[in-house]
Amino acid sequence: MTVATMNAPPIAFVTVCRLTDIPVLGARVLERAEAAGGNVAVFRAAGDRVFAVRDRCPHKGGPLSQGIVFGERVACPLHNWTVDLGSGCAASPDEGCVKTYVVRVEQGMVAVALDDGDA
Amino acid sequence: MNARATLPRPRLVIVGNGMAGIRTVEELLKIAPDRYEITVFGAEPHPNYNRILLSPVLAGEQTVADIVLNSREWYADNGIALRTATRVTRVDRVRRAVEADDGSVTPYERVLLATGSHPFILPVPGADLPGVITYRDIADTEAMIDATAKYANAVVIGGGLLGLEAANGLARRGMKVTVVHLMPWLMERQLDRTAGGLLQRSLEARGLAFRLEAKTEALVAGESGRVGAVRLAGGETLPADLVVMAVGIRPNVDLAKAAGLHCERGIVVNDTLQTYDPRIYAIGECVAHRGQVYGLVAPLFEMAKVCANHLAGYGIGRYAGSQVSTKLKVTGIDLFSAGDFTGGADTEEIVLSDPGTGVYKKLVLKDDRLIGSVLYGDTVDGAWYYSLVRERRNVAEIRDRLMFGEAHLGDTGHQGQSRALTMADDAEVCGCNGVCKGTIVRAIKDKGLFTLDDVRKHTKASSSCGSCTGLVEQLLMAAAGGDYSAAPKTKPICGCTDRTHQETRDAIRREKLQSIAATMHFLEWRTPNGCATCRPALNYYVLSTWPHEAVDDPQSRFINERAHANIQKDGTFSVIPRMWGGETTAPELRRIADVVDKYGIRTVKVTGGQRIDLLGVKKEDLPAVWKDLDMPSGHAYAKALRTVKTCVGSEWCRFGTQDSTAMGKSLERALWRMYAPHKVKLAVSGCPRNCAESGIKDVGVIGVESGWEIYVGGNGGIKTEVAQFLVKVKTSDEVLEHAGAFLQLYREEGWYLERTVHYVGRVGLEHVKRKVVEDAEGRRALWERLQFALDGEPDPWHEPERAKVDLRQFAPLAVVP
Repeated sequence: MTVATMNAPPIAFVTVCRLTDIPVLGARVLERAEAAGGNVAVFRAAGDRVFAVRDRCPHKGGPLSQGIVFGERVACPLHNWTVDLGSGCAASPDEGCVKTYVVRVEQGMVAVALDDGDA
Repeated sequence: MNARATLPRPRLVIVGNGMAGIRTVEELLKIAPDRYEITVFGAEPHPNYNRILLSPVLAGEQTVADIVLNSREWYADNGIALRTATRVTRVDRVRRAVEADDGSVTPYERVLLATGSHPFILPVPGADLPGVITYRDIADTEAMIDATAKYANAVVIGGGLLGLEAANGLARRGMKVTVVHLMPWLMERQLDRTAGGLLQRSLEARGLAFRLEAKTEALVAGESGRVGAVRLAGGETLPADLVVMAVGIRPNVDLAKAAGLHCERGIVVNDTLQTYDPRIYAIGECVAHRGQVYGLVAPLFEMAKVCANHLAGYGIGRYAGSQVSTKLKVTGIDLFSAGDFTGGADTEEIVLSDPGTGVYKKLVLKDDRLIGSVLYGDTVDGAWYYSLVRERRNVAEIRDRLMFGEAHLGDTGHQGQSRALTMADDAEVCGCNGVCKGTIVRAIKDKGLFTLDDVRKHTKASSSCGSCTGLVEQLLMAAAGGDYSAAPKTKPICGCTDRTHQETRDAIRREKLQSIAATMHFLEWRTPNGCATCRPALNYYVLSTWPHEAVDDPQSRFINERAHANIQKDGTFSVIPRMWGGETTAPELRRIADVVDKYGIRTVKVTGGQRIDLLGVKKEDLPAVWKDLDMPSGHAYAKALRTVKTCVGSEWCRFGTQDSTAMGKSLERALWRMYAPHKVKLAVSGCPRNCAESGIKDVGVIGVESGWEIYVGGNGGIKTEVAQFLVKVKTSDEVLEHAGAFLQLYREEGWYLERTVHYVGRVGLEHVKRKVVEDAEGRRALWERLQFALDGEPDPWHEPERAKVDLRQFAPLAVVP
C-alpha cells in the first residue's frame, strides 16, 4: 500500500468551504454533475471530524447529506439505513458501500481529494 | 491483522456450547470483536444448535442439520477455538485455569459459565436401566428416534411441556405411548384444569394414553436386561421398551459449586450476570437472578446482551428480569399461556369455553389490567395478550371486546389477513417492503431469528409502517414457540439508553433539563450524541416541556423539519402552503400557478387534507418558492398540526347546521405552528353527515343543531381507528378550549411518534375526560399553556432567522478555485 501511494501522483485536494460553514452534526453538499462523479456530501461530526462521501445511499440512492448525523454515522433520510462515514459502508445486516473521499482540514478550511477515478 | 494477532489478548473461556453461551459470544463479537481470545467447551459433539426445535426433529418435521445455529466454519471464521465432546471437569479459581476431561488445562482471564440444566431423574428402582433416557439434547433425541424403529411401547413420565412434546413425537413415529403424570391435569404449571382437559382429549384423539395422578414406583427390567415395564403405585404395570423421564430440569451448578461459587437454586449472579467471583460470569438456565431461574430462551437472550456488554468492558446495561410466555410445539394443537393465569382472591376472570369447536380462552385481570391468559384452540391473539400483560396497559375500556382479540391487526397492506398461519407462502405479509410469508419464515429458520427486531433487520418486514407487526409476531411464535419474544419488562427509547420514554419525560420535567445534552448527561446516555431515534425525541421533549426556554436543535430533527419541506424519493422536496380550513382565493391560486411555472414544478396535486401539494421542488429553490407563494407554511412536513379539514357548512349547504368552515379556520389559526409527538390532523363537519370525515381524525368536530360534538383519537392511516366521543359543547369558544386542552395534554404526556389513538389507548379515555372535560380549571390551564407555547412562534418560511432555519443548507458548495 505504502509503496503504491508513493509512486502514484500526489492526491489533489480541492478546497470546498470553511469548517464553520458546516453545521456540527450536519452536512453540506458539493454539487457535481453526475458525469463528473455526482454530488459529494461533506459531514462534520462531533470533535470537528470531517468526512466526505458520495451523496447517494447504497440502498436507493437517497441523499445522505440530508440525514441525521450521530457518532460518525449518518441515517439515510429515505429509509433509515445507517452508513458509516469513515468506511462508507452500511451497518449490518444491510449491505452496501458508498464511495468515500479523503478530507483534509487545515487552518479552518476543508479540502476534499476529488479524484477523477469515477469521472 | 498481523499487528492484532501479535498482541496478547485476554483469554475468555466459555463453558457450555449452547444457545445462551454462544448468543453471548455473538453479542460480544458485535461490539468488541478483537477483545478476547475465545475458547468454547461443549460436552456434546455438535456445534451450537437450536434446542427449542428438538421436538420438531423428534416428530420428523425437521432434521438435526436444520437446527444448527452456528456451523463449525462460523467458529473458525471468528477465530474461536471450539472443543466439542469435551467436558469441563474443574474451574481452578486460584490458578485461573479450566480443566477438561481430555486432560487439557486452559488458563483464563474471564470465564463464562453457560452450563444449562440437568434433566431430573426420578430416584426409583430401575432408573439406571438401558432404555431409560431423559429428553434434553440431540443424543437423547437420536436415542428416541432409534428406539422407535425397534420397539413398540413407550412410557413418558411427566405430562409437562417437554414430556408431551416427546410423547407426541414418539407417537408420530409409530410407537404406542402412555404418559404418566403425577398431577391431576396436564401441564399444570402452564394451564388451568379446563384447558388441561381439552389438551388431554385432543392428544387422546391422536392415540396417546394417559395415567393422571399416577406415581411411578419402579422401572422393571425385561428379559433382555433392557427396561420392560413401568410399575405404578396402584400396582398397574405398563409395558415399556423405552422410558422417557421428563419430570423437570435443575440448573446445572455442579462446576460452580465445586469451584466454591455461591449458588442457590442456580449460580447466583447480579444484574450484570457476574458471579461472586468477579472474573466469572454465568448466564442462561444455570443462573439464579434475583431469586428467579429461567428455562426459556427469550430471557437468556436478554441476559446475553447485558453480559456481553460487561465482558466487553463497556459496563453499561443491567438485566432486570423477564416476563415469560409458553407455547406447546405440537403441530396441530394450539396452546398458549402467559403471566399469572391461575388468579387469586383479588383477580377477575373472563372465560370463553366452546368444547364443541375445541376453543377455550381465559383472561385473568387485576385492577383493570391483564395479568395472565390461557388460550387453547385459537392462539392467534397470544402475542397481543402477552404484550398487554407486559406493558401493564389499562384495559378497562376494551374489556368488553378483549376476549375477541385484536380485531384487525391492520386493515391495509395485507389483504385484511389477521391469521398468518393460514396464509400461503407467497402471500405478502409486509406491504411496505414487499416481504412474503415464505421469506420471513425462511429467515427465522435459517438465520435463527428470535425477536421482532431481528426479523425487521434481516427481512425489513414490519420495519416501515408496522401494520403487519402482529402477523410477524405470529410467524415468530409459530416457528420458535412462545419463546420468540425478547421480553424486557420495559422498552427503552433506543439502544443508546435503558430509559423509557416515560422515564425520560419525567426526568426532563423534574430536573428542569432544557437541552438534549443535559438530558443525555443526566440520564447517562451511552452514546456521545445519541442516534437518529433518540435525538428527535429528546428535542421534542425539552421543547414541549420548556417552551420559550429550551432552544431548538435543528440537527436533531428529521430532514423534513430541518428543511421545512417533504423530501421525496429523488431528493427533491414538496411544498404545501397553508390554506386555512381548506379555503383559498383567486390571488393565492394565481401565485401558486406562477410559482409552478417559474420553478418548473412537475406535479401539482390536491392532498387528502384539502391542500395543494407542489412536488419536485429543488432544495435550493425552497426559500424563493416560499417567498413567491407568500402563503404561510403548511407544516405538512412536521410532527405538528397539519390541517383542519372542513365541509362547507351552514353558509352554503342546505343540510348544514353549523358554520364548520369558520370553526375550522379559527381552530387552524389557533393551533398552527403547534409541534406534537406526531402529526395532528383535525376536521370540522357542519352536520352529522360528516363530509369532512371527522370520525377518523386526531380531533374531529361535528356540528349538530344544539352545538358541537368533539371526538378524539381517530386515525385514517395504517389502521383505521374511529375517534371516540369526548364531549358535547355549545359554543365555538368551548370547542377551541376543549380541543386545545386535549392537544396540550397529548403534547405534555404523549411519547414521541405516538399518535393520539395510541396515546389515548395507553392512558385511557377516562384519564383524558378527567383532565379535559371534568376539571374545568385544569382544562383552562392546559389551554393557556398551549397558547403560551404558541405565542410568538415564528413561521419558518417567512421568519427563518427567528425559526432558527439554517439557510446555509439551501446553498450547495462549489469548488473554490
